[in-house]
Amino acid sequence: MSSERDTAFVDLRAITKRYAGVTALDSVDFSVQPGEAVCLAGENGSGKSTLIKIISGVEPATEGTIRIAGQERRTLNPRISAAAGVMVIFQDFSLFPNLSVAENIAFATQLSTHERFYKSRATKEIARKALERIGVEIDLDTRVEALPVAQKQLVAICRALASQAQLIIMDEPTTALTEKEVRRLQGIIRMLKEEGVAVIFVSHKLAEVLEVSEKVVVLRNGKKVAEGPATEFDTKSLTYHMTGRDVPEVPPSDIMPGAETLLQVRGLSKAGAFEDIDFDLKTGEVLGITGLLGSGRTSVAKALFGLVSPDAGSISIDGKTIPTGDPQAASEARIGYVPEDRLTEGLFLNQSIVRNVAVGRLDAHVNGGWLNMSALVDEAADWLKRLKVKASDIEAPVQSLSGGNQQRVALARWLSRAPRVLILNGPSVGVDVGSKADIHDIVRDLASTGIGVIVISDDLPELLATCHRILVMRDGRIIDALDGKSVTEEDLAHRLAS
Amino acid sequence: MTNWLPKDFWTRNETLVAGVIIAFCVLATLSDPRFFTITTVSDLLRASIVIGILAVGAMLVLVSGGIDVSFTAIAVFAMYASTVFFLAVWPDAPWPLIFVVSILIGSLLGAINGFFIAFLGLPTLIVTLGTLSIFRGFLLTFIGSQRISALPPSMRDFSRGVLARGTTEAGNFYSIPWAALALVFVIVLTWFILKKTMLGRSIYAIGGSVESARRIGINVTWTQFFVYVYVGALAGLAGIIHGSVGRMADPFSLVGLELSVIAAVVLGGARLIGGYGTLTGTLLGVALIVIVQNSLIVVGIPTTWQSVTIGILILLGTGVPAYRAKRAAARAG
Repeated sequence: MSSERDTAFVDLRAITKRYAGVTALDSVDFSVQPGEAVCLAGENGSGKSTLIKIISGVEPATEGTIRIAGQERRTLNPRISAAAGVMVIFQDFSLFPNLSVAENIAFATQLSTHERFYKSRATKEIARKALERIGVEIDLDTRVEALPVAQKQLVAICRALASQAQLIIMDEPTTALTEKEVRRLQGIIRMLKEEGVAVIFVSHKLAEVLEVSEKVVVLRNGKKVAEGPATEFDTKSLTYHMTGRDVPEVPPSDIMPGAETLLQVRGLSKAGAFEDIDFDLKTGEVLGITGLLGSGRTSVAKALFGLVSPDAGSISIDGKTIPTGDPQAASEARIGYVPEDRLTEGLFLNQSIVRNVAVGRLDAHVNGGWLNMSALVDEAADWLKRLKVKASDIEAPVQSLSGGNQQRVALARWLSRAPRVLILNGPSVGVDVGSKADIHDIVRDLASTGIGVIVISDDLPELLATCHRILVMRDGRIIDALDGKSVTEEDLAHRLAS
Repeated sequence: MTNWLPKDFWTRNETLVAGVIIAFCVLATLSDPRFFTITTVSDLLRASIVIGILAVGAMLVLVSGGIDVSFTAIAVFAMYASTVFFLAVWPDAPWPLIFVVSILIGSLLGAINGFFIAFLGLPTLIVTLGTLSIFRGFLLTFIGSQRISALPPSMRDFSRGVLARGTTEAGNFYSIPWAALALVFVIVLTWFILKKTMLGRSIYAIGGSVESARRIGINVTWTQFFVYVYVGALAGLAGIIHGSVGRMADPFSLVGLELSVIAAVVLGGARLIGGYGTLTGTLLGVALIVIVQNSLIVVGIPTTWQSVTIGILILLGTGVPAYRAKRAAARAG
């Protein structure tokens, strides 16, 4: 044990962190060896962010000892931590969109060497070396704003490498990546490990990083509840440790007999986005639409709700054609759409929780031009209760909620409008495992009340847990229609990628 | 195909503004051949000096992600206060000393903006709207509200100094004052800071993302503070030049010009969200605004249409690139 302590790059002992009486971390031991990749798993509020903040020097620990690079650190701040080689890559990458790739990579390095003057050639040299190290080519003069997400992440990795990173902490590294990009990232991580760079993954979405990790540490409610070699964990056991309960994913029950066709989509096309989309949706049916990023799945979802104008084709509900490209008409036909990006498209982040739900029902509570505020709020509060939104105060801004609860708020708004068809785009993106299963329960419940639900997702277990039928899209076309009960995850993955 | 041009040459604001300037000059020359003479050029250059210096400062603030509307008040305050001071204490002081004092007063007032913005973290527009009013009110209440035409003699000497003057064979008179050197100096100094120092790159970085800048260890507070002090210094310089060249210390001048200056900077491609702005663009924007203000009459557009024209130029100059960017984003998504 003692030798392991000596070689560890980061070694935390009995770390406790209290914020104003709340214990965020309770006597946690944590260590990373050089060249080791560790998965740090836990739900929101488990203490994993706090642990990262302590390692990176953003927050001081209340109790416990911290050793980095063999030295005990009594005082730690971001500068000291960075100088010791600890680099955090945040989920938003913290890049400068207006600066070139070269400058983004070299800026931190040049700051740390107290450069006063900016030398374009030296900057490019630093950047070129870092890119070479991970074997990637990106034009050094391109502004970062023009890069796709995956390349931005690579720039962020290069920035850490240029700053002599010994430990790279990656927050949710795979959420925005396609399968191919995840493979490339895995390759880069393996290479870095061979060079002795340690990596900590902080993630909800673990299957992808489990493969390249040696060790898994699971936190729950501020305590370390599991630790061991990555080979001993799978998605199911991780979920168990993270949530402290088994989260059984029951397959959807059968569609009610005598279900009628609710939604008919015929020949829906839009140049460059999707082509000849044909499908029916029955009452009480959950239909999955999947495909890789760029397959057109999101465009189709938006077109159904009128947010994208198709060039051709028709959409009808109960045999009545509704005008395309008109969200208001779709809304009047009682189609609901919960967008993938809650933060920018779905919620009014700094408005209160209750107002975020109430806004969906403004029209129902208008009386002679006046708004019946109390009825509106009561109804909204009732929906929040029905969807079990955990909020200490429904007047608090919606951004104070966790991802799972935010998603419930978005759902509550649409459900209060009594939709006939509900389109859920990425219903559990950025939501932790426990809440995810709850959201799936909600989806199944909705269907059993006769609502037709369309789930757009690339999370295969999610599709299998909720959908009666799954449409697979590629290059804007539906290439497969599968029965949700008989198809396996492997088969689905194969059809997606091939 | 044309490798010597930057990749985004045709989509840049600078290109658009330069195109408009050229089109205007061609049109003006066609309708009145006397337009395209060295007289016009030297007139326009003279008119650009003060606006140009102010615009360089305004551009720097926009790049850093803020907005400053108080620089005209700082300029007039610094100019009037230093003139009054030297008239009372040492009327025969040499002009460089008077200039230095004006620049120092400007820096000090800029530091007040900087204190509220950088150290207290208050919104830049609110702070500078407040200080605009305070600086101006303080000036008129405590320092004076009289126009002074009897300036210290050295300021008059400065305004008489010319780099070049003469009359062409065709009888066109021209003169380029010393003050043009001040604009050149400001451009070179600012270019150096922005392009060649880490401080300058930090200003761009902060404009791009304050949070990211903090995370990689940029000293955001001091960098922002520097920006407002520097802008104050430039305003002090522009103010004293304005007073000297106009041969009058007028406490009511300049204020009101700030929106035209910001318009010039925005026309040149600086974005209100921060992080973007170039000296070339700023100077082209200034040139366009100055040409519109001085020469619209040549192409037969009445002067009363000036502000309408400037407004249309702003809408087109900033709207067209923004619309294009939106279309590009829609295609990519």
